[in-house]
Amino acid sequence: MSPAARVATGLPANPLAGRGLRLAAAAIVVVNGFFPAVWILLTSLKTETELVRKPITYWPRNLTLDNYLRAFTDQPLLRFLGNSLAVALASTALSLVVAALAAYAIARLNLRRRQLILTAIVASSMFPLVTLLVPIFETMRALNLLNTYTALVLPYTVLNLPVCTLVLASFFEGIPRDLENAAMIDGCTRVGALWRVVVPLAAPGVFTAGILAFVNAWDEFLLALSLNANASMRTLPVGITLYQGEFTFPWPTISAALVVAIVPIAVLIALFQERVVGGLTQGGMKG
Amino acid sequence: MADVALRGVSKSYDGRSDVLHGIDLDVRHGEFVVFVGPSGCGKSTLLRMIAGLESITAGEVRIGGQVVNALPPRSRDIAMVFQDYALYPHKTLFENMAFGLRLRKTPEDEIRRRVMDAAKLLRIDGMLDRRPAALSGGQRQRVAIGRAIVREPKVFLFDEPLSNLDAQLRNEMRSEIKRLHQRLGATIIYVTHDQVEAMTLADRIAVLSGGHRMQYDTPDAIYHRPATTFVAGFIGAPPMNLVDCRLDGDAADLGGVRVPLASRSLAGAARGAALKLGVRPENLRLARAGADIALPAAVCLLEPLGAEVLVTLKLGAAEVVARCPAAFREPPGTPVTLYVDPSHVALFDAASGTALSAPSAH
Repeated sequence: MSPAARVATGLPANPLAGRGLRLAAAAIVVVNGFFPAVWILLTSLKTETELVRKPITYWPRNLTLDNYLRAFTDQPLLRFLGNSLAVALASTALSLVVAALAAYAIARLNLRRRQLILTAIVASSMFPLVTLLVPIFETMRALNLLNTYTALVLPYTVLNLPVCTLVLASFFEGIPRDLENAAMIDGCTRVGALWRVVVPLAAPGVFTAGILAFVNAWDEFLLALSLNANASMRTLPVGITLYQGEFTFPWPTISAALVVAIVPIAVLIALFQERVVGGLTQGGMKG
Repeated sequence: MADVALRGVSKSYDGRSDVLHGIDLDVRHGEFVVFVGPSGCGKSTLLRMIAGLESITAGEVRIGGQVVNALPPRSRDIAMVFQDYALYPHKTLFENMAFGLRLRKTPEDEIRRRVMDAAKLLRIDGMLDRRPAALSGGQRQRVAIGRAIVREPKVFLFDEPLSNLDAQLRNEMRSEIKRLHQRLGATIIYVTHDQVEAMTLADRIAVLSGGHRMQYDTPDAIYHRPATTFVAGFIGAPPMNLVDCRLDGDAADLGGVRVPLASRSLAGAARGAALKLGVRPENLRLARAGADIALPAAVCLLEPLGAEVLVTLKLGAAEVVARCPAAFREPPGTPVTLYVDPSHVALFDAASGTALSAPSAH
């Protein structure tokens, strides 16, 4: 690259300095993202006395797993975990199926009011959840669904649809139409071609949308608190608030419960990140 | 395998601009038919309508006697090879070829046999466990052809299958496709914009332009007896010379140069009518033979091709190209005498472009 081009692209003249800057920027992002999680992990391994000791210790002096034991025994944490998993997995699966069909229609069928539909989808995700809370609550009560998984799965699915649809549509658009045409000539119906060819090739998009939907459902607090108040139906975010007493704040125990809530997400992303990054569509078409 | 019949097939989008205008066409069982024309002439659209990938606005498509207008692609018993290969990137070559058979619940040993046979035929049998990404363009197109062959369909459709290959590979694959047709005896409809592919492969060629069928005939007839000035100009490289002229008695007046016409050429043309005279570059010669007439001309430009030289000459008010022996080396400006057999001359109506007479011999 010529010096002039470097100036034009905003890159520093010294490639070593450029590398240093990039590393520094990456470090800021990583520390910002991971520090809270690491801090929670360290706190969960400290005793309560060590936590309030001054000067503060960063690395726990006496490592202990008692907090985890307490987290699982003080409250039915395993039950919360199970509830969260069930609700998040079901709403993610449902979101993906419905969003895939919607996204395919947007990406492929020559819809007359495509732009209007896209705008409506984006607009529908702009209502603050608080404004939807009462109508959703009343609906679920009328349907006699309060304190069931369905009460959360349905609204989570609906809330996740806009982002899932948009992500999938943009991935579907990148898949050559002749691949589906080939599949339809080979013997698929249009829907068959969608499931057998388009969705597998849009795997990075499917995983991206799936992870977004799962994390959203996993984290959700307001609806979970309002719709499933019954102790046995609480999800993790709601359950974790129960560890604090009227006068006590057992931070190490809460931290242990938080770590339990973080681990499934971390595992999920670690498992699928390669698929999200990987380009599966290479090689089938020219170029 | 089966025959294909198109009856008044039209296509328009939004009921407005017509892309295809009432195309009539018959493809016989086992015939190799090529649709050729410039880009935008509607040839690919027509092929996709036969495949069922485009709806048919009006008219009828029949495959093996059955009207297939309302049938989805999977029910038409056709196979298609796409310009961009359209292989399934997530499947191995074997699975790419087996996909259609699996969907049709073909027994596993039958699938294996058919895929292996096709792979051997196309010389890709050593790489069946690879994915398309590991293949060159030519190999990918072989797989795409293999995917079509294993299905043993009624009709094969090829949509510009060689356009993405480099020149040498294209020639190779072209003769392979021709050999394949001889071996399988399959009904093939093949779309291309390349007139060399059309001439070399086809039993019959349909020349399309602006959504109209200009001519549908054997390569020989298309080349020697073009039905319109469009066909005359599109088929052949360099194309047929087309020169404005007026009918004057039994001769064409090229603006100072008179070309006597074979009497059969005159049918249907009024005296003084504006015509176009057509003659192929190889029929303009430098040496007299038989019934040739002599035309005074002057050399303008030489384009040596090795085996021969293309010579642009001034003839009356017009310029024509002659295919001359490689030894021809007269400098520009040199007056020469051109010889042409009147029976090699075609006449077209200048306004409509339709042929009034065709050359009788070739």
